[in-house]
Amino acid sequence: MSDVILDVRHLKKYFSTPKGMLHAVDDVSFTIERGKTLGVVGESGCGKSTTGRSILRLINPTAGEVFFEGQDITKLTEREMRSKRKEMQIIFQDPFSSLDPRQTVLQAISEPLKFNKIMTNRYDLEDRTLQLMRTVGLAERLINTYPHELDGGRRQRIGIARALSLNPKFIVCDEPVSALDVSIQAQILNLLEKLQDEMGLTYMFITHDLAVVNHFADDIAVMYLGQLVEKASAREIFSHTLHPYSKALLSAIPMPDTRKKQERIILKGEISSPVEPKDECRFAKRCPFATEACWAKSPELKQVEPNHFVACHNYDKI
Amino acid sequence: MEKNIVLDIKHLTVTFEVEGDVIEAVNDVSLTVREGETLGLVGETGAGKTTTALAALRLVPDPPGIIKSGEIFVCGHDIMKAKTKELEKIRGEEISMIFQDPMTSLNPVYTVGQQIAESIILHQGLSKSEAMKKAGDMLEIVGIPRSRVNEYPHQFSGGMKQRVVIAIALACNPKMLIADEPTTALDVTIQAQVLDLMKNLKEKYGTGTIMITHDLGIVAESCDRVAVMYAGSIVEEGTLEEVFNDTKHPYTEGLFNSLPNIGDYDTKLKPIPGLMPDPSKLPKGCAFAERCQYATEACREKKPETRSFSDTHFVKCTAYDDPGFHIERKVVFDE
Repeated sequence: MSDVILDVRHLKKYFSTPKGMLHAVDDVSFTIERGKTLGVVGESGCGKSTTGRSILRLINPTAGEVFFEGQDITKLTEREMRSKRKEMQIIFQDPFSSLDPRQTVLQAISEPLKFNKIMTNRYDLEDRTLQLMRTVGLAERLINTYPHELDGGRRQRIGIARALSLNPKFIVCDEPVSALDVSIQAQILNLLEKLQDEMGLTYMFITHDLAVVNHFADDIAVMYLGQLVEKASAREIFSHTLHPYSKALLSAIPMPDTRKKQERIILKGEISSPVEPKDECRFAKRCPFATEACWAKSPELKQVEPNHFVACHNYDKI
Repeated sequence: MEKNIVLDIKHLTVTFEVEGDVIEAVNDVSLTVREGETLGLVGETGAGKTTTALAALRLVPDPPGIIKSGEIFVCGHDIMKAKTKELEKIRGEEISMIFQDPMTSLNPVYTVGQQIAESIILHQGLSKSEAMKKAGDMLEIVGIPRSRVNEYPHQFSGGMKQRVVIAIALACNPKMLIADEPTTALDVTIQAQVLDLMKNLKEKYGTGTIMITHDLGIVAESCDRVAVMYAGSIVEEGTLEEVFNDTKHPYTEGLFNSLPNIGDYDTKLKPIPGLMPDPSKLPKGCAFAERCQYATEACREKKPETRSFSDTHFVKCTAYDDPGFHIERKVVFDE
């Protein structure tokens, strides 16, 4: 029996705009097992960050349920949710704007502990901060420095320490390495991997970089215009891609290899507008394989092989 | 016959003087680009890639930036000796630049047509209506319908804005193009479109290009030669084949080891430990020695000299003083 820690069902988040409702996240369902990593990939505007934030209720979802350890957290009151977030944390993308420039490392890392009244004593707070700094590989001498004195990699380590301070079970990592240089990116990825092994953490890893998730995730979900179009294990999705969008996305990654000249699928056009979408496949406009059926009805996400889901009318014909 | 050299930089040194600190941004960099050739300039944030490029157009902000020494020739013009008037003629006509962020490099209050036409009017002396017609042609070349020539930048998506920037840069058929991270702000499928476009245009017009990027994947896709920069110096330079498959410098090796590989699920990433040194306090020896697993006493003592492994492959690394030295990375090809 698998141990599902997070079960998201028919999650929707619509934003009201002057031109109509913007369907940022439209009927997304998936589960994550305890101690595993789900990679969520997609291009900007596909709703991956909105999904992550809706799950933590940093923004309230329009409809749908989110079961965390069996409990529907969309039904919790604000106060209950605040205490629930001790177990559900987030690491943000930009280590340059997600830290308060007026807080020292000590203040930044210990703030969640103070806020949740877990510790109040100054010495306890300092001890715990130092312990967290060791965990994420920050030198102790940096405890009284300000963010502007530190580089991107170290700032991201502060973000991670802050997320870890409350001993969460589940962390949404929203593009945690996108703003960093490759050599530093590898340091942070290795750190996240080590923490997962040691603490049994569950990650939802949001990124646009397929090479990163391939390395890091157990399962991968591909999003396009607010919808999940394909979900499978990392190996499966790279070796046996079914959805035409996932195929194009994979073929578009530039490979650091001079001998592997891949056939590139260059998509025509750009992502269409998510405002009041019609009932049709949202990828049809750019899809080289679109047929009548694709314009007639939006495809549903179906399980076509064990643990391989795809939302495409023609996946078996292409 | 050898193709013409369109950009020739010799022993360029650029420093920034800020609050009494001297930041050595570019140290003794030499490079050449020939007609129709793409040189990839690779390195991390702060390695001096952009400063090198800006110097080639003499656009380094002064103060605080000072081009301490060096010579720069664009299509035979001596950039360092050129007067402002002459520089204005060279920029845009002979050498152009594509900046990283298409969201901020366009002027929001002019239509895209006006922005493309501006340099055509300036350099080719066409009338306004002729220039606007040419602007429409340029839009079509980069794959945007001519009908959108009177629209404003905010009406375009990111990928389209970057195409407009490319159209501006290519409007006067420059012989040399510097592309500073032209696709970093774009999504992968859009990035593929833009790289494809740049490749086609290069083949059509034979423009020499410097492609500044931190993405080795993009280099493998689009470059003929590669120069790897670290802390203001080029530490390895060679053909794509040489740098990727016969890597010599430990820093280049570290970059490759830091990259997650698609299809490889088990190898642990091997990050380069530590950080790039503060460019205002460069060590007296090799700038990479602190982070280098092969570093010896000699590396910390003296600046590495350039040594060549072939007519095109140059490396700055003291460890090769020992004739038996080699790095660990081996490129294995599975057929």
